Amino acid sequence: MNVSVNESNISSEIAQLIEKDLVLDIPGSSLRKEALEIFKRLGLPANKAEEYKDTPIARLLQKNFSFQSPSVRSTADPASFLIPSLEANVIVFINGHYSKENSRIISPDSEIAISSLADALAADDPVVLKHFAKHADFKVDALTAWNTAAWNEGLFLHIRKNQVTKPIIIHHIQDAVAGEVVTVSRNLLVVDGGSKTTLIEKFDSCGQANHFSNHVTEVVVAENAEANFYSIQNDNGNRYQYNLTQFYQLNNSRVNTYSFTLNGKMIRNNLQLLLDGEGIESHMFGLYLLDKDSLADNHTVVDHRKANSFSNELYKGIMDGNSKGVFNGKIYVRPNAQKTNAFQANRNILLTDKATVNTKPQLEIWADDVKCSHGCTTGQLDEEAMFYLRTRGISKDTARAMVLYAFAGEILDNVNHPELKHYLDQLVSERLHKNF
Amino acid sequence: MNKDNQVLEELTSKEYEHGWTIDIETDSAPKGLNEGIIRFISAKKNEPEWLLEWRLKAYRQWTKMTEPKWPNVTYPPIDYQDLIYYSAPKQKVQPKNLEDVDPELIKTFEKLGISLTEQKRLTGVAVDAVIDSVSVATTYKTTLAELGIIFCSFSEAVKEHPELVKKYMGSVVPVNDNYFAALNSAVFTDGSFCYIPKGVRCPMELSTYFRINAANTGQFERTLIVADEGSYVSYLEGCTAPMRDENQLHAAVVEIYAMKDAQVKYSTVQNWYPGDKHGKGGIYNFVTKRGLCFGDGSKISWTQVETGSAITWKYPSCILKGDNSMGEFYSVAVTNNYQQADTGTKMIHIGKNTKSRIVSKGISAGHSQNSYRGQVKIMKRAENARNFSQCDSLLMGDKCGAHTFPYIDVENNSARIEHEATTSKIGEDQIFYCLQRGIDEESAVALIVNGYAKEVLNQLPMEFAVEAQKLLALTLEGSVG
Repeated sequence: MNVSVNESNISSEIAQLIEKDLVLDIPGSSLRKEALEIFKRLGLPANKAEEYKDTPIARLLQKNFSFQSPSVRSTADPASFLIPSLEANVIVFINGHYSKENSRIISPDSEIAISSLADALAADDPVVLKHFAKHADFKVDALTAWNTAAWNEGLFLHIRKNQVTKPIIIHHIQDAVAGEVVTVSRNLLVVDGGSKTTLIEKFDSCGQANHFSNHVTEVVVAENAEANFYSIQNDNGNRYQYNLTQFYQLNNSRVNTYSFTLNGKMIRNNLQLLLDGEGIESHMFGLYLLDKDSLADNHTVVDHRKANSFSNELYKGIMDGNSKGVFNGKIYVRPNAQKTNAFQANRNILLTDKATVNTKPQLEIWADDVKCSHGCTTGQLDEEAMFYLRTRGISKDTARAMVLYAFAGEILDNVNHPELKHYLDQLVSERLHKNF
Repeated sequence: MNKDNQVLEELTSKEYEHGWTIDIETDSAPKGLNEGIIRFISAKKNEPEWLLEWRLKAYRQWTKMTEPKWPNVTYPPIDYQDLIYYSAPKQKVQPKNLEDVDPELIKTFEKLGISLTEQKRLTGVAVDAVIDSVSVATTYKTTLAELGIIFCSFSEAVKEHPELVKKYMGSVVPVNDNYFAALNSAVFTDGSFCYIPKGVRCPMELSTYFRINAANTGQFERTLIVADEGSYVSYLEGCTAPMRDENQLHAAVVEIYAMKDAQVKYSTVQNWYPGDKHGKGGIYNFVTKRGLCFGDGSKISWTQVETGSAITWKYPSCILKGDNSMGEFYSVAVTNNYQQADTGTKMIHIGKNTKSRIVSKGISAGHSQNSYRGQVKIMKRAENARNFSQCDSLLMGDKCGAHTFPYIDVENNSARIEHEATTSKIGEDQIFYCLQRGIDEESAVALIVNGYAKEVLNQLPMEFAVEAQKLLALTLEGSVG
């Protein structure tokens, strides 16, 4: 292992912290121990590690975090982060702690069973036992191992059979006004057969101190079920984030994911879909709008295990200032997955000569009767479009905003929830200084 | 389906056509690698002191390096101490003309279809024939010499043009560039050297024919092409190798140095022994090829048809340093049986208005694994850089794999980069269309594959295009349904 002294320091420091908090002989503690051992063995990814080559996560954590201060209770008012017009089940976490007074469940228990993950584990809930930590592989990724060993709050959401539910929105708010914040959290969503649901995870933050979150969500989508998943990351410039969202899809299920990254210091999103059935349809959309010295790294994996499935991915990014966008999309088509159709596209615009983009679309195919393609482009503002608008008397700034808004619009157009679409449109417009 | 399997069976069970061994007395070094062996090679070749030092420096670097593990290929570990690093056909005197050459060697070339005399008379191709690491004869030297073009074996160049060799060797691929390049720098036995002077357009295609003979010999070729201002050269490299049960290592280095407005076109047809249909034997082809567009307006173009080798690890690259320079990469890589190929290119844009184009066509059949790995890097200073990449894969059969690993790193906002890749099999509708018009299935497949690879094959010089098409047809016809 090519771990430099500093990086192994931070890894062992974190390992000690995890070990200190580890409570033995409670439900799930053996799993935590196992994950800790794996974390110790793997260590945080070194600089040269292929999967993290553009996101030096170990170095950034080493440099910017002490990991010493206990996570503080916050007094922040989450009202400004909520989506006002959305009729949904609202669950709020502030600095990793469940905030009961700000949460509101409107769906009856006959539709959605919501409980804390720890309680569900303690109660030996068979669904939890069947799926918890079974899909998010902690044996290969140190950050997932860290999460599995050290998560402190989490939710278990169980959508019962043949239900169409109101959306569920989970707010992850970090308040770093009083000092450094580090949270490790985890969710499990199980959508039973024939159901349809929408899960929104919204990440916001305030305060000038650095804050980091390590968040893992596992989603199981059973036969004929549909899950819509939104990740809205609108943090401030001191937010460091690691996210893994792992989907496990069965026959004829459908998943739509939408990822919006609008800010943050270092955002690493791992979105992984395992298509373990036939007739599955999966759509992934992503938009990252970066400026200043933001770094957003989207790694996606679509793993086609069985025949006759379809996946489609479109990620778009606009990089301004000193920002850096990273995209890595993997499509695996296993030997049994004949008649797979898989498509992937990544489009980027660089607005300044200090902004960079690293993209790596990757196809790995072991079946012959397939149609797969990927494409990616990187460029600047479409000069012809700009010229067209300028000749019609539109100012440079407005024309620029129009072109960028149209570029981002392709992602927004795919959002199928009207209120959310409206809200996201507002966020994006504001971000792109839309003034027309 | 049955018919296809039958045809496939016939083809894949076909023995390697160019597999035979001719007994030529060889003068070999003992097995193993150490400083002594390097001194032995250097002494054998009567090399000057500076070259020995250069080799030893490379060897010391190599001992500190580790074999790359990132390629998408698997093979048993290579015991570098179990290889012979020098083997030269034994000759008493240096041949002055063809009659002096060992008749056994001439026979080898005749079997390969590149008889020197015939080449000389009919095709007008100057051939620098290499058998087991030592150049045996060079033709058309006089014609080239009149234009000031130097085209000779590497060892000859070391003796006669040391100043050129000294200046340019290692300038594009430094000794410590990678594991296999370092190994090559330490133990290379021979190769080709080519220098095109200012403003000269080389009137013929320059060509080397490589051939591995004697068992247990790793072949370490080194090619250096220097194109001076405003010159043009088209260089061909072709390979066939005899059948062996033991794996043979081939770690070559090719360096191209293009000055202002120079153009170099480098074409390869690679048909080393791929191993038998159970994946036994075959050549390990670990090659470092790189071109430097040093001067403004220079252009380097790589074209390759890869059909052979058990394992191919090869990334012909272009460093686009000069403003307005241009790099091209055209590749057809075919893998069958248990072959593994991890090949692609790197385009490093440094200068302003640099352009690159990548067209890669992979075809995998049998149990083979075929990977495209490429990098397009636009540096900060590379204003208005432009890249277009297309890498398509064709799968035949459900036991093979096709993989694409493109890296696109952009640090300049005026760059325009496009990349697209597709993977599919031959469409049933395409086959149906041909069948309807009375074309049998096998010809239909050949037609479609040829059409699929056409964009690349078109880039090859005429002499090569024929051979390449034959090779494609031989490896693939009928292997799909």
